[in-house]
Amino acid sequence: MNKKVRRANPVVMTIIYILCIILAIMSVMPFVIMIINSTRSTTEIQQHAISLIPSTYLMKNFAVLTGKSFNPVKGFINSIIVATGATACTVYFSTLTAYALVVYKWKLRDGFFTFIMAVMMIPSQVVSIGFYQFMYKIHLTNNFLPLILPAIAAPTVVFFMRQFMLPSLHIDIINSARIDGAKEFYTFNRIVLPIMKPAIATQAIFAFVTSWNRLFEPMILLTKQELYTMPMMVSLLKGDIYKTEFGSIYLGLTLTVLPLFIVYFLLSKYIIAGVALGGVKG
Amino acid sequence: MKKKKISYAKYGYIFSLPFVITFCIFTLYPIIFTVILGFTDFKGLGNVTWHFLDNPFQNFEAILTAPTFKTALGNTFMIWGWNFLPQILLALLLAAIFTNVRNKVKGQGFFKVVFYMPNIITAATVAILFGALFGYPMGPMNDLFTTMGWSDAPIHFLQNKWIARGVVSFIQFWMWYGYTMIVLISGILGINPELYEAADIDGATTVQQFFYVTIPNLRTVLIYTLVTSLIGGLTMFDIPNLLVTKSGPNNATLTTSVFIYNQAFSGSYMYNRASAASIIMFVLISILSAIVFMLMQDKSEVAEKKELKRIEKEMKQAAKKGGTL
Repeated sequence: MNKKVRRANPVVMTIIYILCIILAIMSVMPFVIMIINSTRSTTEIQQHAISLIPSTYLMKNFAVLTGKSFNPVKGFINSIIVATGATACTVYFSTLTAYALVVYKWKLRDGFFTFIMAVMMIPSQVVSIGFYQFMYKIHLTNNFLPLILPAIAAPTVVFFMRQFMLPSLHIDIINSARIDGAKEFYTFNRIVLPIMKPAIATQAIFAFVTSWNRLFEPMILLTKQELYTMPMMVSLLKGDIYKTEFGSIYLGLTLTVLPLFIVYFLLSKYIIAGVALGGVKG
Repeated sequence: MKKKKISYAKYGYIFSLPFVITFCIFTLYPIIFTVILGFTDFKGLGNVTWHFLDNPFQNFEAILTAPTFKTALGNTFMIWGWNFLPQILLALLLAAIFTNVRNKVKGQGFFKVVFYMPNIITAATVAILFGALFGYPMGPMNDLFTTMGWSDAPIHFLQNKWIARGVVSFIQFWMWYGYTMIVLISGILGINPELYEAADIDGATTVQQFFYVTIPNLRTVLIYTLVTSLIGGLTMFDIPNLLVTKSGPNNATLTTSVFIYNQAFSGSYMYNRASAASIIMFVLISILSAIVFMLMQDKSEVAEKKELKRIEKEMKQAAKKGGTL
């Protein structure tokens, strides 16, 4: 066979690389400016706002930043509580719901699955007024529960878990567990959850990041500053109190992004793979 | 041995119960409550009593005739459109480049990681960061403009309504094109490779393959991208809310979500108006999503039906031929 492989056009390839490099710079540059400026003094920033050389004002900026209402440690702890709680609820109960959909044959099963598909696209913001009023009535504003518990019902994650479970879970395994006398709930926790580990890990990352980044719901529910989550702390930087403290503002932004950067660069392989997997569901 | 048959069906109900209960409490009930509040006189911070209005549609009329709501709706669509069009075009281009077997781009993994990165960063942080980058008088952008000699005096970028809107669109584009690219790449990788081989044998160029093989086969993925982006765009809140204070000059970056938030949680706390506006947005999103689904799916179904008919006809003709032979 003389299949001729057409060679790549060097001009086209050069253009492609230039485009990719420009886009890469575009993605990274704002964060580079942010991180470097968080080490520079306000005067330095006012003279030249772009610099690639870090300065020595990091600690001073930190003192100014934390001397006012911005409390990165508190915001961090609050966000960790909310995001961890929401993530645990999402992955555990979504897997459980998917299990109910895959393993058992019940009358309303197909109807329930159609229902999940239908509610998948309801944006939470359009129900926010009723949600807020309801929480206000039962005295759950300024509480983390309304930020965590709704995560139990995550239609998209249920959908993903179901798609993953269908080919990877064999009914024989469950049947043999039953013969050994295992209860259904025990089988799920001890046998099904470990099999689902890869899917759970992927969905956990996304659930965590989504919850961590959420601003709208905490903003309407939390009014006490000691309960502020990280994105709400960030929105304080917009206010008048930090008006000209540019170095501190950049440092505040850097501190809120740091955990995400660490998570991302440790897990980027899985995150990209997860996005690719989630995308084909349409 | 007698086998006792156990029915496990009840566990299906038991295990889906947490989902159903949570959904009813935190989504279904709030939806119903929001709808009800839209027909009442409910307003004021800390107020708990409300009455139905004599004219049940008074809030809806008030919202639909309010000039700020019209501005917000116009802004929302404009900002979404300006971000979506370049986003989908660039994502398609990059997806085509990265999946091309002939021109293998080196460092793809690195580029994917970097392009996707802005997507996981807190939108609130991104908004304030860009607010600082475009700051007046001495933000990095102004520094760049004066150093390069593009302008003599510092420019108050975000006080120009077109620039303010453009920056919001750009941020949305910048945060989402990497995501869309990865989704499209996985869509393209899912296309049957035999189609490309066949096109190769027929002598189709890379560009022809893109338009005649890739695009038609990506239809479902493109619908999915369009619908999710539309819903995200119509409920956009964090960035327009935090980029510029008070939604910029002439409410340039006021989106419907920010409008709803302002109605309910500032000024005179008009929960009834905010509810009415939410319901209007909910209906609008549902209608638009339905239209997109129908438009894109009907075409393929119609084509399928045509194809079926054609095959049937051919088979009949073949049968006839067979009969006469």
